[in-house]
Amino acid sequence: MADKLIVSSSPHIKSGVTTRKIMLDVIIALIPAAIASVIIFGPKALLIIAVSIASCVASEYICRKVMKRENTISDLSAVVTGLLLAFNVPVGVNPFIVIFGGVVAIVVVKQMFGGIGQNFVNPALTARIILMSSFPSQMSTWNAPFYYLNQTDAMTTASPLGILKTGAEGTMPNILNMFVGVRAGCLGETCALALILGGIYLVVRKVISPVIPLCYVGTVAVISMIAGRDVIIEILAGGLLLGAIFMATDYATSPITFKGKIIYAVGAGIITMLIRMFGSLPEGVSFSIILMNILVPHIERLTRPLAFGKERVKK
Amino acid sequence: MELTFPTKPFKTHGGADVPHRKNTAQIESAVMPPPAQVVIPMQQHVGAPCTPIVKVGDSVLVGQKIADSSAFISAPIHSSVSGKVTKIQKVMLPAGQYTDAIVIDSDGEMTVSPDIKPPVINSADDFINAVKESGLVGLGGAGFPAYVKLKIPEGKNIDTLIVNVAECEPYITADNREAIENSWAVLSGVYAVRDLLNLDRVIIAVEDNKPDVIKVLSKIADNEKLDPKDIVRVFPLRARYPQGAEKVLVKACTDREIPMGKLPADVGCLVMNVTSIAFIANYLKTGMPLVKKRVTIDGSAIKNPKNVIVPIGTKISDIVEFLGGYKAEPKKILMGGPMMGLALVSDQLPVLKQNNGILAFDENEARMSEPTACIRCGRCVEGCPMNLIPTQLEQFSNSKDIEGLKEYDVMDCMECGTCAFNCPAGRPLVQSIRLGKGLVKAAGGKK
Repeated sequence: MADKLIVSSSPHIKSGVTTRKIMLDVIIALIPAAIASVIIFGPKALLIIAVSIASCVASEYICRKVMKRENTISDLSAVVTGLLLAFNVPVGVNPFIVIFGGVVAIVVVKQMFGGIGQNFVNPALTARIILMSSFPSQMSTWNAPFYYLNQTDAMTTASPLGILKTGAEGTMPNILNMFVGVRAGCLGETCALALILGGIYLVVRKVISPVIPLCYVGTVAVISMIAGRDVIIEILAGGLLLGAIFMATDYATSPITFKGKIIYAVGAGIITMLIRMFGSLPEGVSFSIILMNILVPHIERLTRPLAFGKERVKK
Repeated sequence: MELTFPTKPFKTHGGADVPHRKNTAQIESAVMPPPAQVVIPMQQHVGAPCTPIVKVGDSVLVGQKIADSSAFISAPIHSSVSGKVTKIQKVMLPAGQYTDAIVIDSDGEMTVSPDIKPPVINSADDFINAVKESGLVGLGGAGFPAYVKLKIPEGKNIDTLIVNVAECEPYITADNREAIENSWAVLSGVYAVRDLLNLDRVIIAVEDNKPDVIKVLSKIADNEKLDPKDIVRVFPLRARYPQGAEKVLVKACTDREIPMGKLPADVGCLVMNVTSIAFIANYLKTGMPLVKKRVTIDGSAIKNPKNVIVPIGTKISDIVEFLGGYKAEPKKILMGGPMMGLALVSDQLPVLKQNNGILAFDENEARMSEPTACIRCGRCVEGCPMNLIPTQLEQFSNSKDIEGLKEYDVMDCMECGTCAFNCPAGRPLVQSIRLGKGLVKAAGGKK
């Protein structure tokens, strides 16, 4: 018996939280928004979600195989990326574009930098930006909600932020419709109710801290109030809630320090509003998060907490 | 200066809600009969090892001093059984280093040495000398010679004694049972130390998952005759790991933050483990030095988990056998709790003075999953009671970046294990940080 004991460093028990369980919680939190997107945009939405997840998981599997590294699809992070990528495209896009987006997100942004935890920008958002520059017209053609129930084929419309920006034709949906997601937009971004439910689930399950979403949305609200814009529309009409709750809170690309999270989220809020107010694009959530992603190492260095008992030694 | 008692614990950073698993808290301690043989290592304390003062073939009695050292930081060692010294040989200590040990074959009589009599105390120096002669070390697990702590350095003023009954490690209930079964000795020890150091305030800190301890100790602590100025009070703390860690405890009880690299005395506090305090009271009454210890025997491989009072030097395998043996093949045996305890290579090691628990895990409980990549979730940062960034320290340690390790205060880590407990990727953070500390020490920079 004596030579069969396991000898390892303390601690000898674990909390039981694993990467896979965390990712599963994120997937659960995204399900309400996924259901909402299928109701609002029809069966094509389901197809895009399925294609996107399949593309991301297959990319991860093949990429790890080619690189001769251990298979990591069981940690479910590629499924999360697939869901988020699908949530970030309009329902009208060609599914092949989504497949391309999945390959970009997983292979270029995630695996080329070392896999989970190592990417310095959000994979799904970076893929969205690449798709936007590669396929600008498809990525900014919006189908009206419930278009699939109408027999007329070309039911496209302007997005609410597009209306706000360019005065494009179309009627602004009312606040209740915007809250439940009956408006034009990317698949997963429209239903605020579903996104907020998912966010509450993640906070309750301690998967994310509410600091980033609250500071991000709060900053947008304060700036739009000062600028005399409609606060409710700024919060509900674009991709802000999806971005603030699910993308800006991505572990790998947000600060691990408490103060860092605040700076990062406030920064993202400011950039979002600068783009919306002064940029030529109607929406700035993706770019603001990516820009803040890049600053994360610096933010972390500047916001390192003071170690216990250190201050008094210095003084 | 008027000191007040806190009404609720002060804020501390981090920590984790570890499972309590205090299976043995309500079970009366068993007293183990003398084993056939005890193995008494010469290093059972922080400081210089002792040198044997008996030879092979000598007869020894219970409580007889068998080893001593002239070094300032050390503690004498006494025989825990009566019998014959059969060997003096090298044995392995829990952490893997070797030291001399006196092996005594017990005659089963437990004849007490005639020299054992209550110490005569006429002055503070007498008191401290008595504690030194008793061989007492910090019984919370650290094993720091107790008399050194009581010898308050010139220029330092201690106003508060904190009695540590937090016992935040899962499974371990030795202090809990001590407080219940020996509550009078606990309070009597408290009064002795209070009078010695002329203290203004005594906080008996108990985690709130031990309501019976709070009740029993409060009942005696609130005795007006013994404590007319009401300076001894029981203080319930939230049951959250690592509440019993000295720096965390002092902060929670007094809001004083011990500066990096300093001791509780630097902020006017003295922290003593409850079992140490109770031992002092018993020693003053009987003069019997530290020769036995209550240890919690638990874990999934143990048939009848229970606290057992054993002669120091009893082999772990003998205690397990006394309790009816293993119920499953042990795959991991720990000295101490599951958060900070040491994994042993064998159950043939003896119980040391400062041991408070032996855990034996079966296959299922011992198995740890393989580490995966860090996902930067920040759970280690949130949990760190010392406000460090464990994942960053791990990276510095892996890349042997000594400057980075120092810059990020690796030496401030107390290895409580909260980070690794929390880590969803199962990363061996504490192990890497220990290696990192080794690198910094080897490079010659203490801080």
